[in-house]
Amino acid sequence: MSLDISFIGILIGSIMASSVPLILAASGELITERSGVLNLGVEGMMIIGAISGFALMVITDNLFIAIVGSMLSGVIISLIFGFLTQSLLTNHVATGLALTIFGIGLSAMLGKNFVGIPGKEFPILFSSLKESIPFFGPILFGHSIVLYFAFALPFLTNYFLKKTKLGLVVRAVGDSPVSASNQGINVILVRYCCILYGGAMCGLAGAYLSLIYTPQWIENMTAGRGWIALALVVFATWSPIKVLIGALIFGGITILQLHMQAIGFRIPVQFLSALPYLMTIIVLVVISRDSRKIKLNTPTSLGRIFYKEK
Amino acid sequence: MIKIEKRNDVPMALYFFTPFIAIILTILGGGIIFYILGFNPIEALKFYFITPISNLYGFSELLLKATPLCLIAIGLSFCFKSNNWNIGAEGQLTFGAIVGGGVALLFYNQEGFYILPLVILAGAIGGMFFALIPAILKTYFNTNEILVSLMLVYVSKLLLDYLVVGPWSNPEGFNFPETRQFSDSSRMPLLFEGLRIHAGIFLALAAVMLSWFILYKTYLGFQIKVSGLSLKTAKYAGFKGKTMILVVFMISGACAGLAGVGEITGPIGQLHRMISPDYGFTAIIVAFLGRLNPFGIIFASLVVALTYLGAETAQIFLQIPKYTGQVFQGMILFFLLASDYLLFFKVKILNLKKNELRH
Repeated sequence: MSLDISFIGILIGSIMASSVPLILAASGELITERSGVLNLGVEGMMIIGAISGFALMVITDNLFIAIVGSMLSGVIISLIFGFLTQSLLTNHVATGLALTIFGIGLSAMLGKNFVGIPGKEFPILFSSLKESIPFFGPILFGHSIVLYFAFALPFLTNYFLKKTKLGLVVRAVGDSPVSASNQGINVILVRYCCILYGGAMCGLAGAYLSLIYTPQWIENMTAGRGWIALALVVFATWSPIKVLIGALIFGGITILQLHMQAIGFRIPVQFLSALPYLMTIIVLVVISRDSRKIKLNTPTSLGRIFYKEK
Repeated sequence: MIKIEKRNDVPMALYFFTPFIAIILTILGGGIIFYILGFNPIEALKFYFITPISNLYGFSELLLKATPLCLIAIGLSFCFKSNNWNIGAEGQLTFGAIVGGGVALLFYNQEGFYILPLVILAGAIGGMFFALIPAILKTYFNTNEILVSLMLVYVSKLLLDYLVVGPWSNPEGFNFPETRQFSDSSRMPLLFEGLRIHAGIFLALAAVMLSWFILYKTYLGFQIKVSGLSLKTAKYAGFKGKTMILVVFMISGACAGLAGVGEITGPIGQLHRMISPDYGFTAIIVAFLGRLNPFGIIFASLVVALTYLGAETAQIFLQIPKYTGQVFQGMILFFLLASDYLLFFKVKILNLKKNELRH
């Protein structure tokens, strides 16, 4: 029996690990969307973060530089999106799509010389406690610092949005940009900041994949996680805590699918791999059926272009 | 001094001229990227945009790649014009190819004039059905069509993978992930001996004509355009919004399905994992670059097809990774969207000295 319990502990630990990129990317996108900007470039920003993190790790041999660099590259690439949508007033959906296509191409181009290079082991915290405590050990300890940060992030985001003045500004800009502007808030500046913050978090999410989760560079390694993160924000009806819950559910499906494959479950591998995507659709349907609830929580100006006559 | 003014109406000439600005800026941007990568930019651009179409074979390859792009983009233009964001054309293409390919495999050891039309029809129906999923979920469950159509891309690719590895794999194929070769009756007729360009191009041209007719000469087209401009007006006019959403998705899915079936019955001749180099996604760029106009889309599909060809040529001659194609495609859309700024705003350069003299 004790073996079963420790196995479940390890299972939960691995579910947590697989949900980290989703939590990071979705929390970042949540802030962006709360300010009224719909950035569909999450996948592109994540993959750029993944390659720049990995490349910097190989070049500098310094994991700290790699992590910070991946966030910076996320910021830089999201700046393109910010400039186009905020300064040149382009359509959010089309610009986000362009960002994703561009990001995937650019990452494969930059990553050409990094394919097949083995990654470096990322330091984990409290590794001794992981072994010594049977059930809670693998759940609570022996993770990378990025995982601890990711699990704190939804709570920090929630606090930021609900309890701080700056959070109120972000929400005001997202819900009513015109009144916010009349109050003297620089709507465009706030939106720029939220876009860049989203870029940083997506960059970090990508670096988590290429440096910690599966430490190597594989083309297109984000494999649609960016899009699932976007769906998660809708799933969570723009509430940070629900992002955490949703990400754990999706992480759970991913891990479950891997274990079912490992124990030789009689369903074809491809059907199990399709589960997270099918699940996203089902969840979206269930959530969206109540259109009143969706409307109540959606940032009112989401995806709309704001233009102030000078 | 520079002054920026909002325009009252968009000049049509400029509307169709800005795509050219975008293309020129993309070429310049590409040159800069090549320079950073350590290549001679002029030479690299020559390999990219001129070498591929400098002979008849290359020109046929250009048309071959432009065909699916044009077909899908024509379909997407219906969705985009009416503000429906179907971005899962890649999935509709894949599912169309699966259904069409399934029919072709039924007849793998038979010949007959009726087989190819059946295969093509099956492909169109397959794509249409697959596009109906996000459309129905959007109309009846209020679900976001962007995310649903995109998730279905992954589902369709996994289904294709399952089929070519499992039940449909070629029994004499030594476990390669591919089906049997289709019979000659399931293949698109070639237009010229020795070139790969096939009769599928007529499907694309027919789609262009038909879409022009529907969009500009029918009541449905009018409804689509009005809904795109203002949903409120459309509602006030009493248009049946739900039916229209279903119809535009069906048109779009059928076109993507046709593109898929054109690929497998044309150059490929069987089903395997790699039936499309993301034509479904790239066609989004084609639709925008062509200004959602049927004839604009023909032009745009040729330009974007050239980025595919150029990427292949540059890879062979200069060892530049072929993903530069996607980088170019992303840049085209970035620059196109950016140059739209000129449509809505007038940039005036005021000459201060003259103004001062007048005072």
